[in-house]
Amino acid sequence: MAVVAQTAEARERKDIANRWLLSAPALFIVFIAAIGPLFIVLAYSFLAPGPYGDVKWEFSLGGWTSVLFQRDIFDETLSLADAHLSIFWRSVKLSLMTTVVTLIVGFPTAYFIATRRERDRDIWLFLITIPFWTNLLIRTFAVLEIIRNEGIVNNILIGVGLVERPVQMLFTDFAIMLGMVYVYLPLMVLPLYASMEKLDFRLVEAGYDLYATRINVLRRIIFPLVKPGVVAGSILVFIPSLGAYVTPSILGGGKNLMIGNLIELQFGQGRNWPLGAALSITLMLIVMITLLVYVRNASGGAERHHG
Amino acid sequence: MARAFSIRSQPGFTAIAVACFVALYAPILILVFYSFNAGTSLGNFEGFSLRWFEAAWNNSAVIEASIRSLQIASAAAILATIAATMAALATTRRAPYRGLTFKYAFINQPLMVPEIVTAVALLIFFSRVKVFTGYSGLGYLILAHTAFCIPFAYLPIRARLESMDLTLERAAADLYATPWQTFRRITLPLLWPGLLAGLMLAFVISLDDVVITNFVKSGGQDTLPTYMLGQLRRAITPEMNAISTVFLLLSVLIVTLFFFMSRKQS
Amino acid sequence: MAVPADKAAIEARGVSKLFGSGEHQVAALDDVFVSVRENEFFTLLGPSGCGKTTLLRLIAGFDFPDSGEILLHGNDIAPLPPYKRPVNTVFQSYALFPHMTVAQNIAFGLEMLGQPKGEVRARVAAMLKLVRMEKLAERRTSQISGGQQQRVALARALAPQPKVLLLDEPLSALDYKLRKEMQIELKRLQGETGITFIFVTHDQEEALAMSDRIAVMSGGRILQIGSPWEIYDRPAERFVADFIGETNFLTGEVKSVEGESATVVLASGAGIDATYPVGTQPSGRVTVVIRPEHAQAVQPGAGLLSGTVSNVVYLGTDTHIHVALDDGAHFVVRQQNARSGPCGHETGDKIGIAVSPGVAQILKD
Repeated sequence: MAVVAQTAEARERKDIANRWLLSAPALFIVFIAAIGPLFIVLAYSFLAPGPYGDVKWEFSLGGWTSVLFQRDIFDETLSLADAHLSIFWRSVKLSLMTTVVTLIVGFPTAYFIATRRERDRDIWLFLITIPFWTNLLIRTFAVLEIIRNEGIVNNILIGVGLVERPVQMLFTDFAIMLGMVYVYLPLMVLPLYASMEKLDFRLVEAGYDLYATRINVLRRIIFPLVKPGVVAGSILVFIPSLGAYVTPSILGGGKNLMIGNLIELQFGQGRNWPLGAALSITLMLIVMITLLVYVRNASGGAERHHG
Repeated sequence: MARAFSIRSQPGFTAIAVACFVALYAPILILVFYSFNAGTSLGNFEGFSLRWFEAAWNNSAVIEASIRSLQIASAAAILATIAATMAALATTRRAPYRGLTFKYAFINQPLMVPEIVTAVALLIFFSRVKVFTGYSGLGYLILAHTAFCIPFAYLPIRARLESMDLTLERAAADLYATPWQTFRRITLPLLWPGLLAGLMLAFVISLDDVVITNFVKSGGQDTLPTYMLGQLRRAITPEMNAISTVFLLLSVLIVTLFFFMSRKQS
Repeated sequence: MAVPADKAAIEARGVSKLFGSGEHQVAALDDVFVSVRENEFFTLLGPSGCGKTTLLRLIAGFDFPDSGEILLHGNDIAPLPPYKRPVNTVFQSYALFPHMTVAQNIAFGLEMLGQPKGEVRARVAAMLKLVRMEKLAERRTSQISGGQQQRVALARALAPQPKVLLLDEPLSALDYKLRKEMQIELKRLQGETGITFIFVTHDQEEALAMSDRIAVMSGGRILQIGSPWEIYDRPAERFVADFIGETNFLTGEVKSVEGESATVVLASGAGIDATYPVGTQPSGRVTVVIRPEHAQAVQPGAGLLSGTVSNVVYLGTDTHIHVALDDGAHFVVRQQNARSGPCGHETGDKIGIAVSPGVAQILKD
């Protein structure tokens, strides 16, 4: 009898070993070309910059201190690096604004899709996903074209006589935010829709039955029920916004930098790879912490629903 | 007579939604529209013409970059789909086991890290490897693309596997099919739609990438997106619109195909 | 009841199967012994979670026992993977391959066994004829009705001529009329093919109608094995009596045992002769079961028991007369409606209850 039990256990062990073997290629590729190099970045952040880029192989905290401080060239005193701080601030501010604007636009849109007839929803959803799957660069370029000084928006404004000279929109923080709202909007709508689709409209009926007005139903019933979607959408928009590189570099015109551009700068003209590495790790940590907070809240939320 | 009270409607929502759809498509459509401009300006439409498509077609840099993009996307999509399929088979349809969560986290990691961070990490890593091996071909780009395509390919394949009834494979085994025969005759044919979806997603994702490619590429390895990024920083001509239009068309074609395939499935 | 090993098609010896681990560990099967004879229609009957499907899966090879042996014609098959066992299954969900036609489904097992193309074709044709599906051979499995899918599943499992056919609640997805038809059909197929059928169901009526023998299961154990009438008329345990049909439970004291029957003095003071399960020696306080249709309503004072009618339930074919016995117990008499009109008893009436001879059965404690 013990023999049977043993073969069952051996079978189990063999299955798990096979499963490791099967997943090995994917794990290997992801390790080589995504996870592993991050450790090199971490190591580089503790080295000294080389004169022509790259690094000198000596330990230094210079990269990390330069994330927030700058050393005076004359007396070597440390002071807060205003340039970096303002870039951090711009990144966080623009990302938050982008999140809020996409939520304001995305919520009614997702609600609209979720309240269509069931077989029509796919089509509306498809219309949201098409831009999402088209090239981000092209979409940013499309925004650039319409808000240029000679773009269609300014042409219309001048045409109707609202302004005399073109309004400078391109190469401003506003342009970056507009671009990010445009490219990341589908990321807000999709999770919102996913939770609204599951919304039980009998609960809405119950709300009206108990004398709630439309705004009360929205505030007290619909919004709390789709909150997981709101949170998920906000995270999905906030994280790529924070690390955005393409949109700010095209629409910000090299002056209005975000963290992503600052990092790139260190590997280009800045020639300060350790600082670039430290900035990368910082950005990654912010993203990881945001995700962690989200995961904890999400699982807590799920428990509350069960309770 | 009073209008019937609609449970589902909320004031202003439909207006915002319609505005949202218009705003999503208007810039793209304007961009496409101006690619047919006969003039050189992006502001004034001076009549219909295909001259910018012709210009792009005759621009060897554009053609080379396009071919390179397609090469990388094909190679990366195929490799990623194979790796993701194996990983999906290894991580679905059995009781959780030690290391399963680790595998999920590992495979999905490229989605969690900002692209720019991965890009500089690969820049550092590959620049060392390039010096060390002396090889500086497309392999680096293909490898990098494969890595970030894996989670995208994995998603639909895993979903498909999980929706597949394990009883069918049991039935095959019951009818004397060996594990390999069961995989060939039952699992693979049923998995096919998920596989195709994964392949398409990976292809589109690879085709669209600009950040990682921009950091990893060696000289003369521009893909279409990195070529466009370079051009965008210089003077812009409607040639860019023409290239974008063709690129858009390709993406929309693939996504539409994908949409109708998944619709037919359900 | 013991069957010589060489006569048994399938025999389970001390089979246990545990699920979960630690404190949450439950025995889906707990030291099960059962022997299924060759060319028998054998049914595993029990509520969901009783272990019947687990036992079937162990025989098919989809799960492996933690201990014990499963013998097929005397050889232990427990370590063999499913594709090396000459045993086929009709799945509850049918599990027809959606990407193949009806004929391709039926041919699958034969192809896997490496049979020559010509033979496969002939066998598929024979199977289609057997289940009367010749006309739908080239249909996709999604294009045929539930009853037809059921037939294809049967044909597919029978095609390789297995030693044993396992059927996992195959009729549960069909509607009532179709289910009745398929019961007769299954019985016919079993007779025509001469293959041993092991049939799993939770439907007692189905089990009684089709089986040569039934094993009643509960909590991972087999409680009783016997022919349909033995299971129904001679339940050994309270669970079996309760699960199959309706019944009345009366308590009493064993006065004497004589051969295969014992005399029991009931709470009311009346004495009754009752059979008892094989291998037990009844004594002291016991529970006696009497089926409602084995009792008759009679004049007050006459019969074995007396009480007051508490409710009369008219059911078309028969009427249930609920009686509050004088000793406080509850008793139901089923009276066939042999003629038209009310049954002649009304709530509140005093009534006597007569019991046919030889119908009372003592349960194991």
